[in-house]
Amino acid sequence: MTALLTIESLAVGYGGAPVIASLDLAVEEGTVVALLGANGAGKTTLLRTVSGLITPRGGRILLDGDDLAGVAVEDRARCGLAQVPEGRSVVAELTVEENLQLGALWRHRRRAERRVAVDEMYELFEPLARRRSSAGHQLSGGERQMLALARALVAEPRVLLLDEPSLGLAPRVVAQLLAVIRGTVDRTGLTVLLAEQNVTSALSVADRGVVLGLGEVVADAPAAELAADPALRHAYLGF
Amino acid sequence: MNRVLPQVTGTPRILLGGLALAFLGIAVTFVLDPYRNYQLAIVAAYFCATAGLSVLVGLTGQLSLGHAALMAAGGYGYALAASLVDGMADGGPGTSGDEGTSVVRVLAGLAGAVVVSGVLGLLLGLAGARLRGPYLAGLTLALVIALPAVTAVLRGVLGGDQGLRAPYEDVPPALERLVALEQWHAWIAILAASVAATGLVLLRRSRAGLQMRAVHGDETAARLSGVPAGRVKVVAFVASAVSAGLGGAVLCLVTQSVSPGAYSLAFSLLLVVAAVVGGLGSLGGAAVGSAVVVLLPWLIESVTTALDLPADLQQRLSGNLAVLVFGALLVVVTLAWPGGAAGALAARRAARSQQPPLTER
Amino acid sequence: MDRLVFLLATGVARGAVFALFALSLVIVWRAARVVNFAQGAMAVVAVFVAFGVTAATGSYWLGLGSALLTGAVLGVVVERGVMNHVPAGNPLPGMIVAIGLVMVLQSGLGMLFGPQHRPMAAPFDERPFQVGGVPVLSPYDVFVLVVAVVVMGVLALLFTRTSLGLQLRASAFAPEVSRLLGVRVPRMLTIGWVLSSAVAALAALLLVPTELGLNAHSADMLFVHAFTVAVVGGLDSPVGALLGGLVVGVLMTLVTGYLGATVAPVAVLVLLATVLLVRPAGIFAAIEARQA
Repeated sequence: MTALLTIESLAVGYGGAPVIASLDLAVEEGTVVALLGANGAGKTTLLRTVSGLITPRGGRILLDGDDLAGVAVEDRARCGLAQVPEGRSVVAELTVEENLQLGALWRHRRRAERRVAVDEMYELFEPLARRRSSAGHQLSGGERQMLALARALVAEPRVLLLDEPSLGLAPRVVAQLLAVIRGTVDRTGLTVLLAEQNVTSALSVADRGVVLGLGEVVADAPAAELAADPALRHAYLGF
Repeated sequence: MNRVLPQVTGTPRILLGGLALAFLGIAVTFVLDPYRNYQLAIVAAYFCATAGLSVLVGLTGQLSLGHAALMAAGGYGYALAASLVDGMADGGPGTSGDEGTSVVRVLAGLAGAVVVSGVLGLLLGLAGARLRGPYLAGLTLALVIALPAVTAVLRGVLGGDQGLRAPYEDVPPALERLVALEQWHAWIAILAASVAATGLVLLRRSRAGLQMRAVHGDETAARLSGVPAGRVKVVAFVASAVSAGLGGAVLCLVTQSVSPGAYSLAFSLLLVVAAVVGGLGSLGGAAVGSAVVVLLPWLIESVTTALDLPADLQQRLSGNLAVLVFGALLVVVTLAWPGGAAGALAARRAARSQQPPLTER
Repeated sequence: MDRLVFLLATGVARGAVFALFALSLVIVWRAARVVNFAQGAMAVVAVFVAFGVTAATGSYWLGLGSALLTGAVLGVVVERGVMNHVPAGNPLPGMIVAIGLVMVLQSGLGMLFGPQHRPMAAPFDERPFQVGGVPVLSPYDVFVLVVAVVVMGVLALLFTRTSLGLQLRASAFAPEVSRLLGVRVPRMLTIGWVLSSAVAALAALLLVPTELGLNAHSADMLFVHAFTVAVVGGLDSPVGALLGGLVVGVLMTLVTGYLGATVAPVAVLVLLATVLLVRPAGIFAAIEARQA
């Protein structure tokens, strides 16, 4: 298996303070890597930098061997790099259907193809099918996160970046979402980088766990190891 | 500046500074010919309005596109009050003209100007406190465009398109041989400008000024700290309105008339140009801006006349070329040097002394 | 009574033009979060071009087309050349730059064409039809109404039923998220300006024949009226622009009809002040919550 997403010596900072000092990370194709660490460790910053919303001070980001430097956010998305950002990323003023259509637009220019892709998402996320004409702001927290995820998946991305998808959601809903993600990975070879504070859930679907501390990688091990080893857990995850 | 008389600080220092500037201005009038003194008086009047606008926008971020209307309010207030006093004098209107300047009349006129412009400023300020930037700007725009209509509707009091006349203030008999008329008017204008400038500087350095800056920086945070944001914005607006009203009063005194044609939208925009080019929030900048706005059109006019162009082209260029230059200046300065002349100067000074620049003088 | 009917009908026609111009302000507000104070001046430039083209070719329709084209081009030029360089976050620099643009455009027109008002001929008769002996609308008024309704309908369809419209709306509501979904947000911004400017040009073109004549300052009052409409209807609401336009158009025509034309600017000012103080978000403001 080759690394689809490679991050080399990445340095990101605002003003004087570096948030990420020098980070190296390789995400293999068809795997789920859980990105763990406390608040402020740099998880969101890392994901936003990969997507292009933040310009790094140094280092490189490679997607399938191609350097993403200078590539605009929307063009990275069109290369198959999708992100579900933290919090409420659903466009509240648009309906569920419109949100999904929006997500599918760049990939499927023709209406008929888009219809097929969107309907596939409705099959995968049944609650969304029932609410297809509802506006974003009328959905519950769980439905919104489902929509955000569906919207990212509808364009059949190659790499999916997820920023704290479990935030504010009931455990049952979290489990459902993660199950869908794992299922998609196993079925289609999707590559996922999952930033999470909910360690147990994240490690339960991940192949590998990477722990960030103060902008650096402090641990990088197979998920099962991290989950099982109490010393590792205690040292890096605090419990 | 800070090295002169360092032992005097705070309010007395500012008052002294205002007085010093006034004396300086008066001294300057002795070396200028009558037409230049007339221009100086106009610049001083514009300065009152520009300084007010500059402090308003620079300190509280509220953009007023209708400051010409506030000047007009001052002008009309002056004309009405001074004429009233004139009418009450023994022998009826016009009889006090031979005795030079009637201090009572002028003071009454200035009081009238302050009251009218202050009230209008209060109304606008109350509106502005509740509105976001573009809405207030739109409201003031509508105000200045409606000015001719307002004077037409209130034709009885405000005289419609013709406007009102104000009493003529001649040089006092004691100074008659020393000072020409234009110079005398320039003195009054300079005094008014110093008063306005001193008042604005005091306001800026006061607690109210600090609160204004807090509100401009982050209104939510300021409110949370207990700053009465609405009231602060209103105070700023009233102060800038009164300052503009003073300027309008001076214009009225110098030209002995006030009419809606003199206070158009174009004029309002000119005040914005003066404030921005000089540097928003800076009084020194306001002075520079006012000078530019008065002198540049005159300069352009001289150049185009000298070029001896066909009369039709001459006609079309007159006025328009100056506005074109000002509009371009406004765009370029806002994009390239947002601090205006004052900001650029401060940056240069800071670079030389390698200290972080203060944003206003 | 006859007079009232005539004024109401004319008010509706006038209101349609205001609604159209206000709609252009709504479009650019939604797309760029900026009140384009230069909208009127840009529109007048387009009308001058139309005037020239019509004079040269004798065709009103070519003139109309060129007005739309000029408006569109101006939209691109202003957005890419000027507004793009304005720092975001603070509405102040954008407003000041727009003012500067107004000065440049109006003085430029003044230098090229002089101060006189050039009467513009309408493509249809401006004398009102008589319905049962009562003057109602003129053929030109009907034309204006039809054009306004058609354009508003086309825009509504564009925004709600096409994928371009979806992208435009998404870019306006949530620019960052849209970019993450592959939407070319900067291009959508430019398209928003183009649409807005073209619609404003059309509105100004429809209005000018009913006024004294074409002049660099023809659109000043139109802007103030349209701004008032946008405030009454809510800057965020296209439907509000339509309803607000009708309200303001009828009100203004009634005021002008019964109290005289000189009172009109005062009436607008009073209306604007009242709405801003009572309900700044607009009477018909968008009800959708903008929750993140």
